[in-house]
Amino acid sequence: MSGGPNQQRSMSALLDVDDLRVTFPTRSGLIEAVRGVSFSLGRERLGIVGESGSGKSQTGRAIMGLTPPQARISANKLAFDGIDLLAVSPRERRALRGKRIAMILQDPKYSLDPVMSIGRQIVETLRTHEKVGKAEARDRALAMLEAVQIRDPARVFDLHPHEVSGGMGQRAMIAMMLIAGPEMMIADEPTSALDVTVQLDVLGILDRLVSERGMGLIFISHDLRLVSSFCDRVIVMYAGKVVEQLKASELGRAQHPYTRGLLNCMPRIGFERHPLPVLDRKPEWAA
Amino acid sequence: MTAAIAIDGLEVIFDRFRALKGVSLEVRSGESFGLVGESGSGKSTLLRAIAGLAPVASGSITVNGKKLGPRRDKAFYREVQMVFQDPYGSLHPRQTVDRLLQEPLAIHGFADGEKRIQRALDEVGLGSGFRFRYSHQLSGGQRQRVAIARALILEPSILLLDEPTSALDASVQAEVLNLLEEVRRRRKLTFLMVSHDLAIVTHMCERLMVMQGGEAVENLTAAQLVAHRVTEDYTRNLLRASEGFVRTA
Repeated sequence: MSGGPNQQRSMSALLDVDDLRVTFPTRSGLIEAVRGVSFSLGRERLGIVGESGSGKSQTGRAIMGLTPPQARISANKLAFDGIDLLAVSPRERRALRGKRIAMILQDPKYSLDPVMSIGRQIVETLRTHEKVGKAEARDRALAMLEAVQIRDPARVFDLHPHEVSGGMGQRAMIAMMLIAGPEMMIADEPTSALDVTVQLDVLGILDRLVSERGMGLIFISHDLRLVSSFCDRVIVMYAGKVVEQLKASELGRAQHPYTRGLLNCMPRIGFERHPLPVLDRKPEWAA
Repeated sequence: MTAAIAIDGLEVIFDRFRALKGVSLEVRSGESFGLVGESGSGKSTLLRAIAGLAPVASGSITVNGKKLGPRRDKAFYREVQMVFQDPYGSLHPRQTVDRLLQEPLAIHGFADGEKRIQRALDEVGLGSGFRFRYSHQLSGGQRQRVAIARALILEPSILLLDEPTSALDASVQAEVLNLLEEVRRRRKLTFLMVSHDLAIVTHMCERLMVMQGGEAVENLTAAQLVAHRVTEDYTRNLLRASEGFVRTA
């Protein structure tokens, strides 16, 4: 693996977010989707959990630089490895995206190019960011496909996205995102479109690659239980704000009523409760 | 012994693809029965075949003692109603809630529509304030409540539920599951519910069938599943997967 992280850097934060705000203008006024989110990420697995409209995806998109143009972003600090992401030119931002910061989206059906073979898409990513010859790029793409546990990489290389299953597509997506050797990865609901058993395979691959390469991972999901079984640390968001930050292993000791309610309201095998406890949303949570 | 739904050797074939390969099933009257499986297992196809929405090649379906032919009559739909997965796709975008609920009443010639609409909305916890709204003015959970109200308004005895909460947030899911349990208890309904989520099925159902590739893998009671007394490897895998990610060192 090229450019392994040196020890000193791995101690300091990879990403620093302080008071991030994302505002959308609408006909009925401004809507703040993200309202003052602060956290930092080292070379660890961080989960961001929340329900629809909590601002979790917009937080990830703002870091990646994929916020829609009509929205306004502000922050005291939004820095990746010391680079102020709000001050850099679009060109520098593009150079970071894909090379040093990668993103996986929910459904490979929509995030892969339907008219390009899987292999060509991976090669394209690599050659955008590194000067490599065609033959070498192909070899590295094949090696990457093997690393995401695709059994017959040479065959899959020439397939188009519609010819592969969801789980295979998501592995190809991971291969494409990792080929340029990013230091940070944002995964937005990477397994929600997959069947449960496939979901675990894909998570296993992601987990191994992230820890082998010493990457920082932001795992965005609505599934609090899945996230806590996968991540080191969890941030819980509600109405655009962080309501609680805690170690994944200490989820059982969550303090905030929203976190506890979210944990409680899901049916669990072996814990019979009729009716299920429902969330009693308090206005002060959003205040 | 009355069976609300009895299915015997059901085959469904789309062109040359066998989506259901001779599935048999019996759901007792008043029971809540779950169908579990991954995508492509045929669980939704089975539900749709009962509702008359899938091409049945052979086998028989009997509902409340009456064997179904290739076409469903009106009386069938008074007995059997369905709630679909996607509350965004299953409500007409240009009809108000009132109009949506009137449609089944008009088809079946009910005279006391006014009263029934009031009652149906109250029953699903929406109240009359929602009556003249369009579906885009409702949240996902509210839409699913409207879909349930529409299914209940004809007072059926059987509800077919196709992943009724998988498009909803966890907290809203809990509310909708509670509502479904409550109407079942109050109206003594029979449920046949499809889900990919073992936890939801064990919560809602007394018995369940695990499906894979168009075939039944095994039949279980919820209690057997909770106690992990399963015989098939496939079911064991599903159970393990439902417990979340486990890091292998």
